[in-house]
Amino acid sequence: MSTLDTKVNRRDQAHQQNRADMLEAIAQLDALHAEAAEGGGPDAIARLRKRGKLPLRERISLALDPDSHFLEISPLAAWRSNFTVGSGFVVGIGVLSGVECLILGHDPSVRAGAFNAFNSKKLMRGLQIARENRLPYVQFVESAGADLRGDSGTGDPEAALRRETNHFAESGRLFYEITELSKLRIPTISVVFGASTAGGAYQPGMSDYNILIRNQSKVFLGGPPLVKMATGEDADEESLGGAEMHAAISGLGDYLAEDEPDAIRLLRDVVAHLNWRKHGPGPTLAPDPPIHDPEDLLGLVSRDLRQPFDIREIIARLTDGSRFEEFKPLYGPTLVTGWASIHGFPIGILGNNGALLSESAEKSAQFIQLCNQIDVPLLFLHNITGFIVGTDFEQNGITKNGSKMINAVANSTVPHLSVIVGASYGAGNYGMSGRAFGPRFTFIWPTAKIAVMGPKQMAGVMTIVQRTATERRGETFDEEANAKRVASVEHWAEERSKGLFATSRVSDDGMIDPRDTRDILAIALSACHSNSVAGTKEYGTWRM
Amino acid sequence: MTAITRVLVANRGEIARRIFRTAHRMGIATVAVYADGDTNGPHTREADTAIALNGETATQTYLDATKIIDAARRSDANAIHPGYGFLSENPDFAQAVLNAGLIWVGPSPASIRAIGDKLSAKSIARAAGVPTLEAHALTEHEDATQPAARIGYPVLIKASAGGGGRGMRVVTAPAGLPQAIESARRAAQAAFGNGTLFLERYLQHARHIEIQILGDHHGNLVHLFERECSIQRRHQKIIEEAPSPAVTPDLRARLGAAALAAASRIEYHSAGTVEFLLAGNDFFFLEVNTRLQVEHPVTEAITGLDLVREQLRIAEGAPLGYTQADLTITGHAIEARLCAEDPAKDFLPAPGHIAVWHPPESPGLRIDSGIEQGCTIGTNFDPMIAKFIAHAPTRREAAALLARSLEQTRLQGLTHNRDFLAATLRTQAFLEADTTTDFLTRIAPTRTPSETEHHHACIAAALHARARRRATTKLLPTLQGGFRNSVMPPESVRYRIGPATHRITYRPRRDGTFALTINGAETTARVEATTDTTITLTIGRQRHAFTLATSGPTIHLHGPHGDLDLTELPRFPPPATTEATGGVRAPMPGRVLALHITQGQHVTRGDLLLILEAMKMEHRITAPTSGTVTTLHVALGDQVHNGAALVIIEPTES
Repeated sequence: MSTLDTKVNRRDQAHQQNRADMLEAIAQLDALHAEAAEGGGPDAIARLRKRGKLPLRERISLALDPDSHFLEISPLAAWRSNFTVGSGFVVGIGVLSGVECLILGHDPSVRAGAFNAFNSKKLMRGLQIARENRLPYVQFVESAGADLRGDSGTGDPEAALRRETNHFAESGRLFYEITELSKLRIPTISVVFGASTAGGAYQPGMSDYNILIRNQSKVFLGGPPLVKMATGEDADEESLGGAEMHAAISGLGDYLAEDEPDAIRLLRDVVAHLNWRKHGPGPTLAPDPPIHDPEDLLGLVSRDLRQPFDIREIIARLTDGSRFEEFKPLYGPTLVTGWASIHGFPIGILGNNGALLSESAEKSAQFIQLCNQIDVPLLFLHNITGFIVGTDFEQNGITKNGSKMINAVANSTVPHLSVIVGASYGAGNYGMSGRAFGPRFTFIWPTAKIAVMGPKQMAGVMTIVQRTATERRGETFDEEANAKRVASVEHWAEERSKGLFATSRVSDDGMIDPRDTRDILAIALSACHSNSVAGTKEYGTWRM
Repeated sequence: MTAITRVLVANRGEIARRIFRTAHRMGIATVAVYADGDTNGPHTREADTAIALNGETATQTYLDATKIIDAARRSDANAIHPGYGFLSENPDFAQAVLNAGLIWVGPSPASIRAIGDKLSAKSIARAAGVPTLEAHALTEHEDATQPAARIGYPVLIKASAGGGGRGMRVVTAPAGLPQAIESARRAAQAAFGNGTLFLERYLQHARHIEIQILGDHHGNLVHLFERECSIQRRHQKIIEEAPSPAVTPDLRARLGAAALAAASRIEYHSAGTVEFLLAGNDFFFLEVNTRLQVEHPVTEAITGLDLVREQLRIAEGAPLGYTQADLTITGHAIEARLCAEDPAKDFLPAPGHIAVWHPPESPGLRIDSGIEQGCTIGTNFDPMIAKFIAHAPTRREAAALLARSLEQTRLQGLTHNRDFLAATLRTQAFLEADTTTDFLTRIAPTRTPSETEHHHACIAAALHARARRRATTKLLPTLQGGFRNSVMPPESVRYRIGPATHRITYRPRRDGTFALTINGAETTARVEATTDTTITLTIGRQRHAFTLATSGPTIHLHGPHGDLDLTELPRFPPPATTEATGGVRAPMPGRVLALHITQGQHVTRGDLLLILEAMKMEHRITAPTSGTVTTLHVALGDQVHNGAALVIIEPTES
């Protein structure tokens, strides 16, 4: 396999500017990660410790095999919202007793671990990762239940009501999903660190294994106040739902731990006995590091996403030995396709080198089919402003050919990994296996943007449409008002298109330092290989 | 003259190997005999032929004269060399060897008999005009109070037979006399099959000086100058040197003449050692050892002679071929005995598995060892691991070379006295030759590792464990270990070093270094290289190399300044357990030799509960608290393992 060359010049001024900009964005990212790690803040953490309890992240660290990896999913969920950064949940893929597991924990320091719209989305995403990749599901339960304040954290119930699109009637899917995991023979394990009340009681209720902690875990459908309201009974917490009661009388508790470390020890024992065998193959190729320095990744992408760069420069810093066997380099060159490996896992890579043309769309459809034929996972490196537009291109069938690409992407069954390194706009995002197309994992770089179209194009399109409508009505177009509107639309479109906004809405799995991309893809690939990796033979009708 | 063609060595370990080396150099074939535990030992393998003695204990094997002579017959050996210890000073064995028509490499049975018994040796010395210390032989049931009072306290109880300090007890006051006599008699009986004891005046600040002698069958008798063996623990030599820094040429001549006078009275031939106590310029005859001594290499170093070669040639009937005037002293030699024993626990033997054994090499350094990496120092035989002998132009240089060689040695897997020996060799008192037999009671050389050394040891242990885990991980072995994409707590591990506990955290950084905290203080380190047993680190700006071996939860770490034992505290400490208070556990593996209590008996703190015996040493187990014996886990004669529960004492309510 040939080795990619590089044209990166570290002394180049643009490179240095890009690097400075990227480092600034990474600094912001690091600061937000640090904020998220604080959970409910130092006071809340101190209160936990005072009660002899460990903060959530310490519980998780203690559960992990020493020196193994932990890939946190959507650590910045709920940034720029009325909720705590991180949303009060930690979700991630970690190694317990040699087994890659999906670990999900309620953070008791953040509103007593209560559910909200952000962490519910993160929880559902965690369950999806467990199901799709066949990862044993471990949950650290400690939850006050639903946040009953009903103001979505805004302090203004009326405004919250007007904005709400979800309803209790649609809730509870998580219990369904936990049961489904069990049906799929994916083990589900609950460690109950505190109260797990009402609906929350079904988290352990639906689990294969439950570990309860003496004098600490409480599991009941209704706590003493609700019991009093419902039946008038005066019940004490321990006999209503204490750990000892569940272990000895109700049978809900399978293991009775003496304290938190003991519970984590028992959890590791449970995982150790699962006789876990991954269904996919292990890495099969040489896992040598790239020959080109990943540090250079910081200087490749400009904040101004109109500045082009060769996607091969990124590929050369992700793949084993910087090796890449390019497929059809001369045909449809705006999309680079080819084979490589990452930490020994074979992979097919599709990366944008310009707008998608008919030829590049066709090439990608063929490449995706070839990877499905040989059960090789796909990596999509997004830097795409969209499919090409214009009369010539429409007449040459760009919609038709783009549809072929989307057909192939949608029906492909090998694992897809998406990394948004630059722009990811419009249908280009769909063609590159955007979030809605069900990639196993999606990550975004700090300076990347994702939206239906660029903010300037969006404002410009709106101006043209409105000017045409105004003029059709025979009225004068108010240029001044339009300028204000354009500025506002541009501003908000820009804010919404920022990677941080996307990642905070759990529309990807996390914003990552570009230098970590290779390792994160390896962790993701290894997780994917817990399930079998098999391509499809079936697609929708090809529009010819 | 009868040439020795094939020699059987009735011994094991380092001395057997050492004799084989010389024999092979002289073209003499060799035969080893071995106990079950030594089946695959180095001495068994290095001989041309090896004969199994089929047994485990010394009595069943190396002390069984019949088996050994039979082995010599079967293997066609025409000579037997006894080494030291075991049957080396047993005149009946020497006679049996001769009766079997074999050559005995040693003095005549008559000489051994005459001088092997310390009391009769004293009278021979006296007859030769050599000063002796006042002594009194004890009959079986004699009340020792009177004779002890006459000699004066402190008084020394000694076994009449044998040597090596076994059965030797110092008694400072009349109250301790009966118990010391009982214990000494038992030890002497066990070690030499002879419980005869005598009392002797105890000189507190004396030096132990001994003269090496050599005699042939033609009446030639020379001495090879003196050795000083004052550094002793449990009355056993641990550091020996030649020449003695306290012996002037004039004194040397007097000592040599006295030794030869005593030896010539019994027409001594072969190698032997005449032992003296030296107090100022006065010396007193102690005893004669009719064998090769453990410390003979220091004499070899300064005289250039091979004493085993001399023994073999003398046994063949060859004349010495040189006179006293031909012998000279070159430089200074010091020997240290590296043993599996715990200096912190009164030098109790500490048997164990040798996980790593990698001594250094250097001009001027000789190492005689009976072990190799992977073998076990058991409880059946002597706990000596190796002898280190340094030879240099001056005493200070020899001491420095010996100390450094010991420090450089990688020896891991068991408790040993290496750091203690090195520390002793570096004390001002030793360097100034202020060496008397009570040296170790006056000066307690210990190495006190600094806080920094503790910290570096913890870093080395934690990062080495990490490197080993990463090397054996199955999932994504090429990934940076401990990868995190968000902020998570660092890896954390706690170690105990002695009474101190250290908490260390570490986090890998993008540049390949580690950000660490030790008990909260921040530092950085870079791992330069690791193997299964080593790690090289740059901590701050200094490079350090460490070797590590683990046994159970204990990590034996050898760093630039010597050894440290670390115990990794469990990641998941077991929830509080309820162990009965007042429990007494075995401090070492051994056999219950005496039981002084019964179930239900009331004991006072400090009372003797029982005596454990291991490796021929007695260990007294006393009551840690006053109370009632509620449970007795052992019976007389039981073999117990290290840490076994022995007795539970219900403390008296106060």
